Amino acid sequence: MENVYVTIGLEVHCQLLTRAKMFCRCSTDYIGKTPNTLVCPVCMGLPGALPVLNRKALELAIKTALALQCEILPEVVFHRKNYFYPDLPKGYQISQYDFPIGVRGVLEFALQGVKKRVRIRRVHVEEDAGKLVHEGPDLRGAVSGVDFNRAGIPLVEIVTEPDLRSPEEAKECLVMLRSIVRYLGVSDGNMEEGSLRCDANVSVSLSPEIPGTKVEIKNMNSFRSVFRALSYEVERQTELLRAGKTPVQETRHWDEARQVTVPSRGKEEAEDYRYFPDPDLLPFRILPEMLQEIRATIPELPLQKKERFMREYELPEPEAYILAQDRDLAEFFEACVREFPSPRAVCNFILTEVLKNLNSLNIGIRESKVTPSMLAELLKMVERKEIGISLAKGIFEEMFRTGMSARDVMLKKGISFLTSERDLEKVVREVIEKNPQSVADYLRGKEKALHFLIGQVMRVTKGQASPEVVKNLLLRELSGGE
Amino acid sequence: MSLEEFRNFTIRDYHALFARGELSPSVLLEAFFQRIEEVDPLLHAFLFVNRENALERARRLEKEWKGKDSYPPLWGIPVAVKDNICTLGIPTTCGSRILEGFIPPYNATVIERLERAGAIVIGKTNMDEFAMGSSTENSAFGPTRNPFDLNRVPGGSSGGSAAAVAAFEAPVALGSDTGGSVRQPAAFCGIVGLRPTYGRVSRYGLVSFASSLDQIGPMTRTVEDAITLFEVISGKDERDSTCAPYPPFSREEIPPQEDIRTIKIGLPREYFSEGVDPRMVKVITAVLRELEKEGLELVEVSLPHTNYALEAYYIVAPSEASSNLARYDGVLYGMRKGGGQGLQDMYFQTRSFGFGPEVKRRILLGTYSLSSGYYDAYYLKGMKVRTLVRRDFEEAFATCHLLVTPVSPVFPFFLGERTKSPYEMYLADVFTIPSAMAGVPSIAVNCGYEDGLPVGMQIIAGPFQEGVLFALARFVEQMLSLPLPFPEIGPERRS
Repeated sequence: MENVYVTIGLEVHCQLLTRAKMFCRCSTDYIGKTPNTLVCPVCMGLPGALPVLNRKALELAIKTALALQCEILPEVVFHRKNYFYPDLPKGYQISQYDFPIGVRGVLEFALQGVKKRVRIRRVHVEEDAGKLVHEGPDLRGAVSGVDFNRAGIPLVEIVTEPDLRSPEEAKECLVMLRSIVRYLGVSDGNMEEGSLRCDANVSVSLSPEIPGTKVEIKNMNSFRSVFRALSYEVERQTELLRAGKTPVQETRHWDEARQVTVPSRGKEEAEDYRYFPDPDLLPFRILPEMLQEIRATIPELPLQKKERFMREYELPEPEAYILAQDRDLAEFFEACVREFPSPRAVCNFILTEVLKNLNSLNIGIRESKVTPSMLAELLKMVERKEIGISLAKGIFEEMFRTGMSARDVMLKKGISFLTSERDLEKVVREVIEKNPQSVADYLRGKEKALHFLIGQVMRVTKGQASPEVVKNLLLRELSGGE
Repeated sequence: MSLEEFRNFTIRDYHALFARGELSPSVLLEAFFQRIEEVDPLLHAFLFVNRENALERARRLEKEWKGKDSYPPLWGIPVAVKDNICTLGIPTTCGSRILEGFIPPYNATVIERLERAGAIVIGKTNMDEFAMGSSTENSAFGPTRNPFDLNRVPGGSSGGSAAAVAAFEAPVALGSDTGGSVRQPAAFCGIVGLRPTYGRVSRYGLVSFASSLDQIGPMTRTVEDAITLFEVISGKDERDSTCAPYPPFSREEIPPQEDIRTIKIGLPREYFSEGVDPRMVKVITAVLRELEKEGLELVEVSLPHTNYALEAYYIVAPSEASSNLARYDGVLYGMRKGGGQGLQDMYFQTRSFGFGPEVKRRILLGTYSLSSGYYDAYYLKGMKVRTLVRRDFEEAFATCHLLVTPVSPVFPFFLGERTKSPYEMYLADVFTIPSAMAGVPSIAVNCGYEDGLPVGMQIIAGPFQEGVLFALARFVEQMLSLPLPFPEIGPERRS
């Protein structure tokens, strides 16, 4: 089977976390709001209304471009992108064209421990459109309404060069991009809620010399669907090529229900957006002082954090990478380590138990009831061998569910008496007394007998003791005390 | 009471009568409403008369100000407003079917400022659809007629405001000027019309035609009233990014009368060429001679790119218009037609029925100019020419303080005379377009009559030099002391 050469580029839109919309003072807090309650003449595009730039939106977009190591252009020019659609109240979108905020940036990430680098073509800022709402018997609906609450919310658009070589890379790149916008606090990067949206260009070729045909994929609403849509598309194009056919240059939609890409309805010819500088807005000069001020607000970014975690806490790279992806989780980790300075143990517990519990509720660490101190307390008990790790996992689940401390969980469940070392000693002595045969076997050198005795202790303690501690206690008792 | 007694009044004169208790805003309003009732069926200057609201407001003002004898600058003064300026709760159609029934939920900045100064919106005036035209014949609701000759056009696009002020249906009005739409109808109707420096008056609430050119300006019977209105409506506005961050105009900026003789007037030779009606040149030249006699210096100057300004304007303005008018799609407000065959059908039918031929022509021109592959050759080239035109003015103002030219090369023409050839129509604005493209202020003042038709003189100044502009305009007005118009309007004059 011959090689397949895959080329993928991403076009990502993130809603910027400003309080007011991009060109008016309406609130951006639109999730769950009654349609058309966060609107004014400006974002509704009423005759005579004029846009006034929200500087904050510009600052957040510049911050994003700086974090992606872009060159910042000295002057921001807004262009009108003209097209007709009912969710576009003015008949044009205020966007940017030949003078975006930033150009020629870089985004680095890793895939299975291998460093990857994708070039950023441009970063620009633009306004969001409204949302069509269909009501009726089918998807297209009998009645269509438009909700303009979202119209005018600032978006940053990030376009990569086609440097990605596989759907896995594309997904990891997107994960890193989301991580960065969240680190920067410029966007909450939530794909399901639409505050982060991703389109992709995919082309496949059977030869490195011959470029493939560019196909644009839209409507991917989660990281998983990005991966699946791109995998499907790579396979589809590969099959076409192997059958001696050429893929058509087109836009395709990811059909989540059927797990396939389908051609979008619409014109074959490329749309002419008739970009021209918006005469309602003056060019905005970006002064060096402004850039400096914004640069100063950029925090340590995921990759820098990963390096530091490897250096400072001697974490292995894969673990450090995963921790550093999530700013909140990384901060949780560090807070925990401050109280329980055993980074490996903390990291392992976070990446297994904490993540498992978070994922089961689909929430972030910020929303969980467990604080770093609470986890540190639990891990200290494990270290002191007061409890075993499997018991600790069970206790954590309860802490996570109820928000109680480890001690409280143990008290409530009546665990503490059975598992403290003194109580265990009693159980161990009882087991020794009741099983003279096994004790004799062990003393004659039969290792297996020891395991039987440990098992007996575990049975009495209902599995809530640390086997390690039990073993040590047994050995101590069997060797005739201190 | 007859309105004719007030024909030479300025706002100050009304205020003097108010203060003496000899006149009240509601009585004055009633007099204008009566005049409108008499003459507007023939003139058709108004698209909407704001009778109930205006009278209620007048009574409220009277109550609030009972016993006081000093007033805010426009207290109790009726103002006619061009129908492309948004007025809260009052229909705003832009002379277009596509906005029929649209009632803005907000006031334009200029309306807020007028009302804060005590003015009363008396009604909304007729205009060429979306301000595209030079005769008010492009109104979807029928043309306005010239009060001096009902067979002739009042100019445009602010023809309704011009006719209303000239026929004394309102003492003052607001118009908007993109390429001459305040000055040319002011000249055709023998009144004063100011196009301010671009950015001196907020455009917030002015329905956009060509955003980089549109400016709101006062249309009045006297220079004095233009100054008063301009003081009220000008100045920085947070809601318009293109509005200059300067305080409102103040009459303090006008140089004193005794300095008038230090003003050097430039006469651009391109504006006195063969294309101009010789009778018009004759009237203006006579006035210039008088100014010279008064001691003002006249010099000949050249604005070499004048001939290209019109062509460039008809690239730039339609380009912006094609985008500005995209919002009239039948989705949110105004007219909606079709839709039975889906979205495209709604767009096609709404815009086909909603827009008139001139608007469609300009949307097509602009769409073409902005299209990929043509952008550089048209829009970009147009913008470059615009820079050259602006430079012409900068260079001219290095040698003189003001420029004096005719407002239009032609006298008010007959209805239908120029509608068949768009280019003929466009030529009526050939002398008002260059200064608009340059963004500099200019004013039209009446400087005489020929065969019973008014002749307008245009004075152009450098950016933000409205003070000097007013100084000369007022001087010319006083020097000539022409009677202010009060034309007799009756069916017998309509042949």
